[in-house]
Amino acid sequence: MSVLVIAEHNNATLNSVTASVVAAAVQLDADIHVLIAGSDCSAAATAAGQYQGVSRVLVADNTAYANQLPEAVAPLVSSIAADYTAILAAAGTTGKNLMPRLAALLDAGQISDIVAIEAQDTFIRPIYAGNALATVKTSDPVKILTVRTSAFEPVGNGNNPDQMALDTVISQNKSQFISENLSTSERPELASASIVVSGGRGLGSAENFQLLERIADKLGAAIGASRAAVDAGFVGNDLQVGQTGKIVAPELYIAVGISGAIQHLAGMKDSKVIVAINSDADAPIFQVADYGLVADLFQVLPELESLL
Amino acid sequence: MKILVPVKRVVDANVKVRVSADKSSIDLSNVKMAMNPFCEIAVEEAVRLKEQGVATEIVAVTVGEEKSQEQLRTAMALGADRSIWVEQTGFVEPLAVAKLLKAVVDRESPDLIILGKQSIDGDNNQVGQMLAALCDMPQGTFAFRLSIENGRALVSREVDGGEQVVSLSLPAVVTTDLRLNEPRYAKLPDIMKAKKKPLDKITPAELGVIVSSSMTTIAVHEPPGRKAGIIVGSTGELVDKLRNEAKVIP
Repeated sequence: MSVLVIAEHNNATLNSVTASVVAAAVQLDADIHVLIAGSDCSAAATAAGQYQGVSRVLVADNTAYANQLPEAVAPLVSSIAADYTAILAAAGTTGKNLMPRLAALLDAGQISDIVAIEAQDTFIRPIYAGNALATVKTSDPVKILTVRTSAFEPVGNGNNPDQMALDTVISQNKSQFISENLSTSERPELASASIVVSGGRGLGSAENFQLLERIADKLGAAIGASRAAVDAGFVGNDLQVGQTGKIVAPELYIAVGISGAIQHLAGMKDSKVIVAINSDADAPIFQVADYGLVADLFQVLPELESLL
Repeated sequence: MKILVPVKRVVDANVKVRVSADKSSIDLSNVKMAMNPFCEIAVEEAVRLKEQGVATEIVAVTVGEEKSQEQLRTAMALGADRSIWVEQTGFVEPLAVAKLLKAVVDRESPDLIILGKQSIDGDNNQVGQMLAALCDMPQGTFAFRLSIENGRALVSREVDGGEQVVSLSLPAVVTTDLRLNEPRYAKLPDIMKAKKKPLDKITPAELGVIVSSSMTTIAVHEPPGRKAGIIVGSTGELVDKLRNEAKVIP
């Protein structure tokens, strides 16, 4: 019995969330294969092979998969799905884009955003913005799963499995990649950072986010934001934490000028330690905070910077 | 160009839901319901395409109980020309919804299908992608910008690392993200006019779809609560607590 993990990568490097998906796969007690579908992706394939618990790396290396468009990758995975009892991917935008398309091709349901595995066919997942946890059992012969990676401790490195080339080429021209604009940052990745400093509407402007950046630099933290801050144009959409943005669970989450709407709390309330800094003592963010400071953030942030 | 907009009736976004006493589901009695926010964005985008002269007809569709007709009326008040109610009570899992919508697509032959990227109840984020697969159409998910150029849909997508642009042949499926547009409110005269717009009822049997289910929800629980925190008096005290009590900073 085998399960398949679809790696998240950009051909050159493997996204570290894949290590958490492998960790979820380990709990399914089966041989673990990892698929790298891309173009000139041998570096990512080598990196995936190092994950503990992986017994085989499948490499579909073809220009047809250069941008990993789901119109090409879903039929590719579908063509080998009969070998597997479960297929897993990270519940990021790549996995969310691909996996339901794959599931429909296989006439299977999908269980999204699993946070725990109860049995081979039974999973726990948040619903209603994390206000409830549903235990869901599936009868599908192949389980299509997306994994909330913040809920699974990543596996370590130290492995050398076989590598197998997958020669199937899916050509399609219904969807064409035009361009991408990815933000580059020296800071740790938001989804896997151990400290996140997040700003909301209270920051007031894009310039004021620099106050947060200086603190993030001192702590080696990632920067996050509420929807309000993204909508106002203070920062890019890739920094949004919440129900429909990124889900984070760092050791320390510092929420600055964030009121704490249900949708934001859904993205960060599993953080180990939560700090809220807000001038409004009634802000709902204080209900989930371990440490609250009711004060003007423009006074607090410089003080914080000098004390760290 | 004809646009199909599937919409869903869900709990209002401002309601904090509770688990039912028997821990089998969410208690939805006497809870305010509304159109899923991402569906409102989908309707708005279709209406804007019609206002620009790109679209000629907007058809709203929903799968749900009798009361879900309210959301179709809302869609028509916002600008949809007519609507289709696929009558189905009880929970319908995403794959079954996609199959029902596929049958509607076969009847209506839309050039573009715009729907929300996820509903805020199940948070599944599946139906659009599944529908695209079943119809063998390309998909532009999590769209924050959409235009029709030279017979193709140009979709700018919100992705984890930033933004991506894809070009899709038509017909295509587009799912909406938060920043695609800001939906308008329905005006009273439009709400009145919507009552006279055509709303056709159809059953899964008439569509030739057997609604099946492979998923069983065994239990629903409240997530573990957080223990009450403390309010500190100063920045200095905060740093001290983080350093010496929580031990999360050096």
